Amino acid sequence: MSEVKKIATRESYGNALVELGKKHDNVVVLDADLAAATKTGIFKKAFPERHIDCGIAESNMIGVAAGLATTGMVPFASSFAMFAAGRAFEQVRNSVGYPKLNVKIGATHAGISVGEDGATHQCNEDIALMRTIPGMVVINPADDVEAKAAVEAAYEHVGPVYLRFGRLAVPVINDNPDYKFELGKAVTLREGTDVTIIASGLTVSESLVAAEKLAADGISAEVINMHTIKPLDEEAVIKAAAKTGKIVTAEEHSVIGGLGSAVCDVVAEKAPAKVLKIGVNDTYGESGPAVELIKKYGLDADSIYEKVKAFV
Amino acid sequence: MNKLELMKMANEVRKGAITAVHSAKSGHPGGSLSAADIYTYLYFEEMNVDPKDPKKADRDRFVLSKGHTAPGYYATLANKGFFPVEDLTTLRKVGSYLQGHPDMKHIPGVDMSSGSLGQGISAAVGMAISAKLNDASYRVYTLLGDGEIQEGQVWEAAMLAGHRKLDNLVVIVDNNNLQIDGTVEEVNSPYPIDKKFEAFNFHVINIDGHDFDAIDAAFKEAREIKGQPTAIIAKTVKGKGVSFMENQVSWHGSAPNDEQYAVAMADLEKVGEALCQK
Repeated sequence: MSEVKKIATRESYGNALVELGKKHDNVVVLDADLAAATKTGIFKKAFPERHIDCGIAESNMIGVAAGLATTGMVPFASSFAMFAAGRAFEQVRNSVGYPKLNVKIGATHAGISVGEDGATHQCNEDIALMRTIPGMVVINPADDVEAKAAVEAAYEHVGPVYLRFGRLAVPVINDNPDYKFELGKAVTLREGTDVTIIASGLTVSESLVAAEKLAADGISAEVINMHTIKPLDEEAVIKAAAKTGKIVTAEEHSVIGGLGSAVCDVVAEKAPAKVLKIGVNDTYGESGPAVELIKKYGLDADSIYEKVKAFV
Repeated sequence: MNKLELMKMANEVRKGAITAVHSAKSGHPGGSLSAADIYTYLYFEEMNVDPKDPKKADRDRFVLSKGHTAPGYYATLANKGFFPVEDLTTLRKVGSYLQGHPDMKHIPGVDMSSGSLGQGISAAVGMAISAKLNDASYRVYTLLGDGEIQEGQVWEAAMLAGHRKLDNLVVIVDNNNLQIDGTVEEVNSPYPIDKKFEAFNFHVINIDGHDFDAIDAAFKEAREIKGQPTAIIAKTVKGKGVSFMENQVSWHGSAPNDEQYAVAMADLEKVGEALCQK
C-alpha cells in the first residue's frame, strides 16, 4: 500500500489564500502575530501589502476586518480558533455578525490536535460559539482538497464565514476528479445500511477507517462528511435517520453545541432516531503529541470503531 | 456653514435628540447633548457626504464608537437629510429602523453598526487602512466616549492606527467627564488622555468641544498632519444645553418625562431665539 499523503488544513488555508489573492484584488489577510503558524505567512510572501499583521490583539483585528469589509474588501482574519472565536467572540457577534459584514474568519489550531500547547490553546468550543451567531456560516473541512475548496467557497459567499482548520497533518481523502464542494451540502463518502456516521474535520478520515473495520465485523456503516455545520444539511440527516435509524456523530469538538448537537436538533424535531455523540466529553484537553491525544480522547479510528460497534 | 449657522443647527440637533429620547421613554440624552456640536460640525462642515447617495464610494466615513448616543447622531443625520426628522420619534420602537444603537443595515447614512463600547474605533481603523490600500482619498472619523476608552480594545486600535501612520483617521474623544457610575476619574481614571494618544503616535489637539472656532481649527489642523492619525480631545459638558441635565450623571441614560421635556425644549427654544437675534 502506498503511503497516504497527509497535509494539515492550516497549510491548505495559506496556499488557498495565495490562489485567491492572485484572482481577486480585494482579498486582504489579517493576522495577529501568528502568520507562521496560521500559514498566512505564505500569503504575506506573495502579497506583502495586502497582509496586515495586527499584532497580538485579536479583538481589534476582527473590528479592523469589519471596517475593511464595509469598503468592499474581503478580509480573511486569521488566528487560532481559541482567540478568533473565543477571545473575539463578542467582536465577531457585534461588529461582523450583526451588520452581516463580508468577513471571513480563518481559525486554525482548532480542537485538541493542537497537541503539546495543551488545554489553554485547544479550542473545543468554537463551533458552538460561532453557530449561535445569526447568519454565520460554519465550515470544518476534512482534508487539504476540501479546505482549499472551502476557502474559495467562503470568498464566493457574501456574508460572514467561520472556517475551522487543524494543526495536525491529516490524510488527503478527497483527491479525486469528482470532488465538488457545495456550501451546506453533505457528502456521502461510504454507503451503508446499519448505522450512519456523520463526521467533520479530522474525524472524517478516522471514521472511514472505522467503517472499514466495522465492515469486517459485518456491520455496514454509512459515512457522511458534514463539512458545513451551518447551514446544516438537514436533508442528509433526515435521510440517514430514515435509512439506518442509528446516527453517530464524530467531531474534534465538545459534544456540547457542536456538530453532534446540530444533528440532534434535526433528529429530535424532524426524524427521531437513536444518536450517539462522539467528541470531547465536556472536559479540557492536555499537553501531548496530537496523535496520542486523539487516541486518549476517543476520536481515533479504533475508538470510533469500538463505540459504534457497542452502539449498533 | 458659518459659525452662527452651525450653532443654530446644533440647537436643532439637541432638540431632535431630546424629542427622540422623550418619545422612546428611554435612551441616552447626556452624551447626545455633549457631542451635538461635534456631530453638527462633522456633518455640516467637515465631511464629504451626500444624503441623496448615502453609500457613494468616495464619501468620508464616520463611526460612532460611543453608539449609545445615537439620538444625537440620528438627529444630525435627519437634519442633514438622510431621513425625515419626524421619524426621530420612532426611536427604539418595535419595527422602527432607528434602533437603540446605530444599525448600518437599516439606517441611511450610518457607516458602521456600533454600540458595544470599544469596537467602533477598530472598524474605523479598518476603513482607514482600506483607503490607504486602495489609494482612496476619503477620511475616517470616529467619536469615542471618555468612559469608553477604559476598554482595552480602544488601545489595541490606537496602537495599530499609530503604527500604520493613518493620517486619514481622526479619533475624537467626547470628554464630558461622566460615566454611568460617576466621574471618569472616580471610576477608573483615563487621564491624561492626550498623553496616552501621544504615546501611540497620534497628533493630539485639546479643544473646548462646544466652541465652533476651536472645533473648526482642530479639524483643519488634522487635515494638515501627515504620517500620524489625529486625536481631538474635546472637553465637553454632559447634557449641554438643557439646564437640569448639565453635568448630571443621572441623565446619562434616562428619558425626560412630559414635564421635563417641556422644560428642556423651552431651554433650547430660548437658545434658538437668542441665536436668531444675532
